[in-house]
Formats: sequence, C-alpha cells, structure tokens
Amino acid sequence: MATAKTPRIDVMKTYKLFINGQFPRSESGRVYEVKSGTTFIANPSQASRKDLRDAVVAARAAQPGWAKATAYNRGQILYRIAEVLEGRTAQFVEEICLLEKVTPAQAKLQVGTSIDRWVWYAGWADKIASVFGATNPVAGPYYNFTIPEPMGVVGILAPEKPSLLGLIDSLAPVLVSGNSAVLVASQSAPLPAISFSEVLATSDLPAGVCNILTGFKDELAPWMASHMDINAMDISGIAAKSQPALRVAGAHNLKRISSFTSVATPERITAFLEAKTVWHPIGV
Amino acid sequence: MSIFEYAPAPESQAVVTIEPEYGLFINGKFINGKRHFPTVNPANGKKLSSISQASVADVNKAVIAARTAYVKVWSKMAPAERAKYLYRIARIMQERAREFAVLETLDNGKPIRESRDVDVPLAAAHFFYHAGWADKLQYAGFGENPKPHGVVGQIIPWNFPLLMLAWKVAPALATGNTVVLKPAESTSLTALLFAQVCQQAGLPAGVVNIVTGDGAVGAAIVNHPDIDKIAFTGSTEVGKIIARSVAVSGKSVTLELGGKGANIVFEDAAIDEAVEGIVNGIFFNQGHVCCAGSRLLIQEGIHDEVIEKLKHRMSQIRVGDPMDKNTDLGAINSGEQLSKIKELAASGVAEGAEIWSPNCALPDKGFWFAPTIFSGVTQAHRIAREEIFGPVLSILTFRTPAEAIEKANNTPFGLSAGIWSEKGSRILWASKHLQAGVIWANTFNKFDPTSPFGGYKESGWGREGGRHGLSAYLASGKAGK
Repeated sequence: MATAKTPRIDVMKTYKLFINGQFPRSESGRVYEVKSGTTFIANPSQASRKDLRDAVVAARAAQPGWAKATAYNRGQILYRIAEVLEGRTAQFVEEICLLEKVTPAQAKLQVGTSIDRWVWYAGWADKIASVFGATNPVAGPYYNFTIPEPMGVVGILAPEKPSLLGLIDSLAPVLVSGNSAVLVASQSAPLPAISFSEVLATSDLPAGVCNILTGFKDELAPWMASHMDINAMDISGIAAKSQPALRVAGAHNLKRISSFTSVATPERITAFLEAKTVWHPIGV
Repeated sequence: MSIFEYAPAPESQAVVTIEPEYGLFINGKFINGKRHFPTVNPANGKKLSSISQASVADVNKAVIAARTAYVKVWSKMAPAERAKYLYRIARIMQERAREFAVLETLDNGKPIRESRDVDVPLAAAHFFYHAGWADKLQYAGFGENPKPHGVVGQIIPWNFPLLMLAWKVAPALATGNTVVLKPAESTSLTALLFAQVCQQAGLPAGVVNIVTGDGAVGAAIVNHPDIDKIAFTGSTEVGKIIARSVAVSGKSVTLELGGKGANIVFEDAAIDEAVEGIVNGIFFNQGHVCCAGSRLLIQEGIHDEVIEKLKHRMSQIRVGDPMDKNTDLGAINSGEQLSKIKELAASGVAEGAEIWSPNCALPDKGFWFAPTIFSGVTQAHRIAREEIFGPVLSILTFRTPAEAIEKANNTPFGLSAGIWSEKGSRILWASKHLQAGVIWANTFNKFDPTSPFGGYKESGWGREGGRHGLSAYLASGKAGK
C-alpha cells in the first residue's frame, strides 16, 4: 500500500533560557505566547525571580575567570562571536522580520549593524586600560597608577526594539572589560536573544559569563534592581517613567545604574568600569 | 618607658582670630543667620564660636546666587581666566597656611602636625592642580567640548574639613561649575576662613557659597530643584539616602562613603616598616579616615612578632593636646562620635575579642579615646564588619594569600586596602584581586591631587582627583549614573 506523498512538517523549536551555558526551562514552568500578528510563533520561557537568582549565581561564579582572561583573549572570543553570528544571519533576519514587522532589508541591516558593532566593541578589549587608565605624577617618591577594572555582575534590561541590535548595544560594552551579565531580553521579540544565546554557546564564551532570560521585564526588573549581588545595571530598555523606582531599589547596595541614548560610545564601556589606584614607594 | 621625655611644644594660637559669631557666605558676603549653634574645641570642650544655622530660605538664596553667577559670569569667562582664580586661591591658602592649620586643629581636634603637614598643603595643592585643568578640559578625554553641570551642591564631612572642601570645590570650579557647599556641623571654621580667601582672591560673587548647619541644610541642598549635581562625602547610610533622593530628581551624583580597609601583612614583609604602616593606617587622624586600614590581616607565621612590635610602637604614641607639635593622636571630633566608638569597642569585648591599649593618660576634658587594638577578631564580629571611624584596629589572621584576599574582600565596602610584602609579583597579584579603589603597597594613607580616589561597591560612586575625578563635574562624563 503506497503512502500518499505529504509535505514535510517543520521541527518546531522549544525556546528556553540561557543560564550558566545551559538551556533550562524556567523553574516556574511558565511560558508566554509570542505571536506575529495572529500567527503563533513560540512559547518562550517566562523567567521567574528564582531563575534570575540562578543566573546571578552563575554570573558571579564566572566573572573572576572572565576578568582574569587576557584582554587579547577576551577580544578574540568576542570576535569569534561575531564570526558565528555572521554565519547565522539568515536566521536572525527571519526572526526579526516575524516579530518586529520590518522588511527583510531592514532586518538585514539590523543584523549587519549588530555584527559590525560587536566587532567594534571586541576591538576595545585590549585598549581599555591604555585609554582609560593613567599613571599619576604624585608629589612624592611613589609610583602611582590607575587601572580600569570590571565592576562585576551587570544586570541588563534590553530594549524592546531593535531586538538584536539593542541587546548587542547593551551587552558588548559590559562583557568587553571582563564583567559578566544577566540580560533580560526584549519581551515582545525574544527570539533573536534566544538564538543569540546559541551563538554564545558555540563561541568559546565561558559558561555563566552571559546569561539570557526571557519573560516579563516589569516583573523581573525590580528583583534585579534589589538583588544584593548585582553590581551595576543598564536599564536603557526600560521606559523613562519606570526608571526612578529601579534606581531607588538599586540604592540598597549602591548599584551603578546607567541608561543610555548614545550608541557605540566608549561611555557605555566606562560606565561599567571601576578605577583602581595603586601606590608603591620608589627607593633602593 | 621612652628614652627621651618630650617637653611641651605648643603651637601658638595668636595667628588666628576667631570671631564670636559667623554668618553664611552667600553671593560674596557674610550674612548672619537667624539661629546659631556653638562649635567647640573637642580637645577641651570649650566653645570656640557661634555658627549660623542656614534655613531652607538661606539655601535657596545661595542657590540663586550660584545660578546667577554661573549664568552671568562664570560660564562666560574664558577658561584661562577661570584658572587664574584657582591659582590665586591656591597661593593665598599657602600664604595663610599656618592660620588654616591652627584653626583646623582647634575646631577638629587633629594634631597640629597633621593639619600643618597634610591637610593644608594638600588642600592648596588641589587648587593648584585643578587650576591647570580649567583651560585643558578638551584634552581630558571626555569629548571635544565637555560642559559643566551648572550649580553643584556639595556636602562634606568633619574628618578633613578643609581638605574635603578643596577636593570638592577645586574640581567643580575648574570645570566651570558654581558651588553651594555645606561643611560638617562640628567643623565649619576653616570653610568660613576659606570664604575670606575667596574674597581676597576677588572670586566673583556667588561662584562659591557656603551654608553652615545641620543635616537639614544638607537635605535642602540635595532636594533643591535648581541644583544640577550633588557631591557628597560621608557615611554610607546617608549616601544611600541621597542616592534614593536623586533617583527621582535625576540629578547627577558622586558619593565618597565609608570603608573597612584591609591592611594585609604577608610573612615576607619588612616587619618594622609594616608596623609603621599599620600605625599610620589606623591612628592617622584618630582613625577618622574613611580609607583607614581598620582591619589588619596578618599571616599566621608572623602574627606574634607583628603584635609584639605593634604594641611596643603603640606605647610610643603621644596622645594629648592637638596643638602640641609632638602630639601623634589628638581628640575625637565630637561626643557623639566618641559614643559610637565606645559602643563598638564594647561590642568587640562582648563578642569575645581581646582588647589592648597602651598605658596612656587621657586629658580630663574634651573627647578622647586611647589607641586600641583587638586581637582574635573573627569575620562575624561587628568590629570586623562595621566602620568604627576611630583609633580602633581589628586584627585577623590568614594562612594563604588566597585566604587573605577572600577575607579582605568579605565586606560590602571597597575603598582602600594595604599590602605589605617584599615580593613584587605578590604585590601585583594581591592588588589585582583586592576589590578596592585605592591600594597602598608598602605604604598607607597617601593622597595626592593627581591620584584618583574613591570606592568600589558600597564605598561610593565615582572618583575624586586626577583625570578621572574631572568626569564627576562634566555633564559629558557622568560617573555613577
């Protein structure tokens, strides 16, 4: 008996979180529906406070090793991410088209700009200390120098749109100096962020250095702002009217909280740097 | 028993004239406040003068004066001319250095040797250093055309009254801002003498305004809608209140807050030098230092030797009249601070640490606390976690370098740390892993206008001094925002 020839059915992807280099579902078991118009697209995880805390634990554990890597090595790993991203351009274009209601040309421009910007930041890795550090001519027999250091764990609330480029504008300047990150992706267009986590997972970035959560930003943002083991935040992806409350919550451990309108500026790197000054006597 | 007895060597007070009453310095003139409060010499409890308590209306007048000066004069002035005013101020401070030093010691209680050799020369140096920046800001790395914020509100503490004023006012003026400054309630006198220096320098009226009083004056500054930026040095507790206030108003802010600095002595250290550094780290300025080396971490193998030498050295510390040029440890700044120190020291005893002080007689009058060390301190003890801000050292031990780093970083603070070792690679390794904004290796408590100062974590936002410090006062280079 012959089987009738039928069209092939796609294998649909389960979109999950990215924590400590792995792809878990939300511990809460929650998902939310993402549509393109009226068409169902995916049920990404709706991350919980517990997921956020797990992500911070992973980020904290991974941060010293990432900061300890040579700047040259960090630069190469970040550049590798751009290489892998370039190869998956078509997938990102498709996801952006589906969720952002833009033309393929516009989506392609966003992906290309994202890759180029990532490369721009990657190149900063071994210039940061030269440009933002100093030797200081103190009035005494001391050698005195100031070096920039990463702040530690940085929480990022990524913008809704452009979903990929906005994520990259926030993430790249945080990672390049040796910070680790916990990022909450665009709520309405989360697929590029999840696919980007697959890029990270195949690009030699150590597990835990970047953790990506999907879910409801308004739900997760206050937990992020009040978390005592997050050192700094980029809240560019949150509406201006909601930002003061996060800054108030963040004052509990004096988080360094920034919001940017500029793109591709060194200011976005220096906002997540501490300056450390070391003195030593000079003598025979 | 010391080999030589020291004869008293008191500095003369004749160089200063203290008025019976001081006004607020607003728009280039002294305006008497409606209410006054006393300022006392903490070394003997005697009243020195009456200081005006600024009202909210007075703060408003000061802000209007600062705004007017900013719009009409200061922002229009060529930067090179602005620089000359800062140079003038630096020079007049040097000319009147003895006066400043005596007044600082009388009002604050710190030894005249320190006010004369540290506070006042460094304050003048800050103005001289920043003067040179005024017409070179486009080369500082904050864009081609960096702009001032406008009116800056500055709130400073009582531990280095004139020096903290200089750290705040000099960069603010150099970058083209105008200032409303509040000195600490218990130490207003050198700020008011500084106001006279501004008059002598011919600084345009309203560029610097000084409003004296209590915390309510500080709150009025923080919450004033026409102040663009806040710079605060003080406690972490108040720093957090300010951080919450500006979260809503959107003001730019820098904070220089508390610390619990670890001073780490490795077993290969030059022990005698380390002991000098330990003493300097915790007993400089009676331990009223946010970056004090208040937690001593000694590697186990040299613990007993270091403690023995430290006790011997502490027995040579001369405690007493701050005006005596031989005095090492002066008076505690206020009765309130003395109570805090006593309460925390009592908690150290209650929690089981071993207390020791040299046998030294303390004056009957005024506020005094003997130099004190606690050994056998654990990381859970309050005296290992909370800032005492007094001449009290908590001593812990470690076995491996990694353990030293872990203990040193086990604090919400991150202002300073010390490393004592003769091994270069170990010093660089430790300085890399210590989470602190300032690290002194084989030295301690050194400051310079060219050297950025400020903390990691809950020790503050931003830096003061050096190129990095300029960013706090330029709108294009915001720190901690």
